[in-house]
Amino acid sequence: MADPDLAEVATRIRRRVLDMCAGRGQGYAGQGLALADVLAHLYFRVMRRRPDGSYLDRFVLSTGHSAIGLFATLGEAGLYQQEELHTYGQAGSRIEESPLEGTPGFEITAGSLGQGLSQAVGMALGERLRGSGARVYCLLSDGELQEGQVWEAAMSASHHRLGNLTALIDNNNMQADGVTAEIMSVEPVVERFTAFGFETQRIDGHDHDALRRALPSAALPSAALPPEPAQDRPPEPAQDRPRAIVLQTVPGRGVPEFERHHKVHYLRLEQSAWAEAIAALG
Amino acid sequence: MTAQETAALRPEVRDVTAAALVSAPFATAMVEIGHERADVVVVSADLSKYTDVAPFARAFPDRFFQVGMAEQNMMGIAGGLAKTGFTPVAVTYAVFATRRAGEQVQMALATGSRTAVVAAFLPGLTTPFRATHQATDDLAIMRAVPGMTVIDPMDATELAGAIRAAVSAGGPVYLRAQRGDVPELIVPPADFEIGRCILLRDGGDAGLIGTGLGSQWALEAAELLAGRGTQAAVLHVPTLKPLDAEAIAGFAARFPAVTTVENHSVIGALGSAVCEAVAGTGLPCRVIRRGVPDRWAPAGPLDYLRRSLGLDAGSLAETVTESTGGR
Repeated sequence: MADPDLAEVATRIRRRVLDMCAGRGQGYAGQGLALADVLAHLYFRVMRRRPDGSYLDRFVLSTGHSAIGLFATLGEAGLYQQEELHTYGQAGSRIEESPLEGTPGFEITAGSLGQGLSQAVGMALGERLRGSGARVYCLLSDGELQEGQVWEAAMSASHHRLGNLTALIDNNNMQADGVTAEIMSVEPVVERFTAFGFETQRIDGHDHDALRRALPSAALPSAALPPEPAQDRPPEPAQDRPRAIVLQTVPGRGVPEFERHHKVHYLRLEQSAWAEAIAALG
Repeated sequence: MTAQETAALRPEVRDVTAAALVSAPFATAMVEIGHERADVVVVSADLSKYTDVAPFARAFPDRFFQVGMAEQNMMGIAGGLAKTGFTPVAVTYAVFATRRAGEQVQMALATGSRTAVVAAFLPGLTTPFRATHQATDDLAIMRAVPGMTVIDPMDATELAGAIRAAVSAGGPVYLRAQRGDVPELIVPPADFEIGRCILLRDGGDAGLIGTGLGSQWALEAAELLAGRGTQAAVLHVPTLKPLDAEAIAGFAARFPAVTTVENHSVIGALGSAVCEAVAGTGLPCRVIRRGVPDRWAPAGPLDYLRRSLGLDAGSLAETVTESTGGR
């Protein structure tokens, strides 16, 4: 079942991403656009909020360069005003391209890749020890899987039976030097995470139905959802196994011109091009 | 304020040649802290038996996390635990903490403001192995990390006090630690105050400044010098950061030369810190640095290594004598 609301939220996040880049004429637009869908689901459906509005569940952005997507999502959630987000990457702005821990909404310092999953493991251990019931979601990228620490963390997540941890892998086949499959292949990602003890599945990271099925809301268990065709339904998550969801994403998603662009890791464009991109979102 | 007052505390210090040995002071302190503080957790990378945290693990199995041989992951996990309200103590050897996991210590533990402690064992030359295990560069690395508190305790009393201070530091702490039987020179109880220097011994003929085991070595040299009629003062600087530059400058002002002694490379730790504290004050005081020279140290027991590197009491006393013009 499609979820028009979340699709609309994702479009608004994309609009914010593009407006952020337009401020300085450059930025990690490709990543922000690619992650808009999963971030919309996490922040507007999956992660539970306390009565005061703060989030019970934790989101750990390990891909620091994708901060633009999180900033835009937090803007959509009301934590940042778009006027400030528009200063993205500008001198003196706290809307940094790769912010540090302490920036509102950012749990860790993540610009040096490969370190987020370890901290997410620590948080999952901590939340379990506290008995808070909180879940921890950690977003990594496929290129980041080349860092050995990711696998140290993966090993420890299953060893410590962290059923409250979900790793989300942004499989965009893009990294600084080019196409991930050519730089250093990380596939088969699903089999590798499975071998490390994760309950793993691969989905289209832009398919809202797939996102809804793969990321059941904690407040609304998957058992309470409308029945899905059996073959589409993931197995119920075991209580003591971490989960990994490999998100097949398209860098620049939503802007056809960007989707065709091969060097979308970092975009530097004329003002008119950003305006055209926003228009292309529809 | 006189220099002696600036150098502040003068605890009761035992004769360095007759120090009592205390068994596993870190282990004892951690178990005590564990009983007092439910927020304190320990993360270990397959060295719990060799870093004196096995007793904590037995006493508080829920608050002890074994991560296997994976120090980078350990520091990240410690960071995650800190962010969920716990006070992590990540325990491993100093070489692994600062070399292999140096970036994780900085990014996961030191870019925020939460308390997190790295307890680093086998400091300096306290290992029979060579470059793989001798941490002769750790203090230099950690001293350059913004906001990092860096402590090199000199004995069992100070180690026990320092870990207590560290878990309440209000920020990241790098603490060197010794395992097994550790000499007790400072008579307990002695509160450890981060940043405070200690005047271990006073004398007007020569000045020695030490940190960690280096302060023990400085005391040994001072004892030797006393037998020859030279009264040497020994200032102990357990906290390399934040540095009590005022106390060091006050001490240096009393002497034409001071000799620094440390269980670390002569580059980047105590010797450098004293130079930095003295430079710019206009003091006519030379700083003679003694520590591990700028080369990989040999292998062997500590007394052999000290002799090889000019850090035994006799060599240090000779250095001090030369610095005073042969008095």
